[in-house]
Amino acid sequence: MKFAVIVFPGSNCDVDMYHAIKDELGEQVEYVWHDTESLDEFDGILLPGGFSYGDYLRTGAIARFSKVMQAVVKAAEAGKPILGVCNGFQILLEAGLLPGAMRRNESLSFICKPVELKVENNQTIFSTAYSLGETISIPVAHGEGNYYCDEETLAALKENNQIVFTYQDNPNGSLEDIAGIINEKGNVLGMMPHPERAVDELLGGADGLKLFQSIVRSWREANVVKA
Amino acid sequence: MFKVKVYVTLRESVLDPQGKAVTHSLHSLNYPEVSDVRIGKYMELTIEKSERDLDEVINEICSKLLANTVIEDYRYEVEECVPQ
Repeated sequence: MKFAVIVFPGSNCDVDMYHAIKDELGEQVEYVWHDTESLDEFDGILLPGGFSYGDYLRTGAIARFSKVMQAVVKAAEAGKPILGVCNGFQILLEAGLLPGAMRRNESLSFICKPVELKVENNQTIFSTAYSLGETISIPVAHGEGNYYCDEETLAALKENNQIVFTYQDNPNGSLEDIAGIINEKGNVLGMMPHPERAVDELLGGADGLKLFQSIVRSWREANVVKA
Repeated sequence: MFKVKVYVTLRESVLDPQGKAVTHSLHSLNYPEVSDVRIGKYMELTIEKSERDLDEVINEICSKLLANTVIEDYRYEVEECVPQ
């Protein structure tokens, strides 16, 4: 499986994402600059964390209009798996690929620590390697991870089982403890915690690796013809 | 040429953690009469005259980029400037 790690000016978790895919997962991966027009050659798209365009105006607001985002929208429509982590999640929200918006953390502080998440849905292409209700430890590092959506959207998220991860001990004030959500179609996941920083016991834990393994597993099941 | 002043604020229904912190700070400075603070953004745009309707252009700009209408409202004022 071949992944693209999208690099915006100000991305800073692109190298971690690349490392997770290449060295820990053992799949193909390439960096793709923000002005790239086509993502046709890739099977999965990863939007890493960081501070794209210095977080000017709002987090993700400028990145959302970069050239590559048109290709990301196209890939989303084609059903390719798309994962946005942290700033990548914020960009997906701004682009309207996921519903809702981010506010400043309730404490107004930048939070950087491992947090415990509950797997709320293990039937997505991103979470089949986890058990339902499993507690996993993944680090967060953000100043704006306080997820918000209106009541109607929240009801739809619940109805369609789109809330994939919740915080056990809410660090940022996020609505309903939401840490990660998926689109209705089930191929676009956005999450504030960083699974790419939890792919090896050396890094303090490997609970994030299963997320990437889930993506590859479902892609293989769908795309590799068994002899 | 027009000078357009755009004000972007969090929607009433959305909690403003910065505004809340400033309210608390004002209370500790002994201004109990301040019951609420909402923090927003102020932007000045210079827009040249064009064939397009100005309000239409401003509303497009605001809803596409300057404000995230999921959590923010915007309003604007227009001043016509005479080029020097």
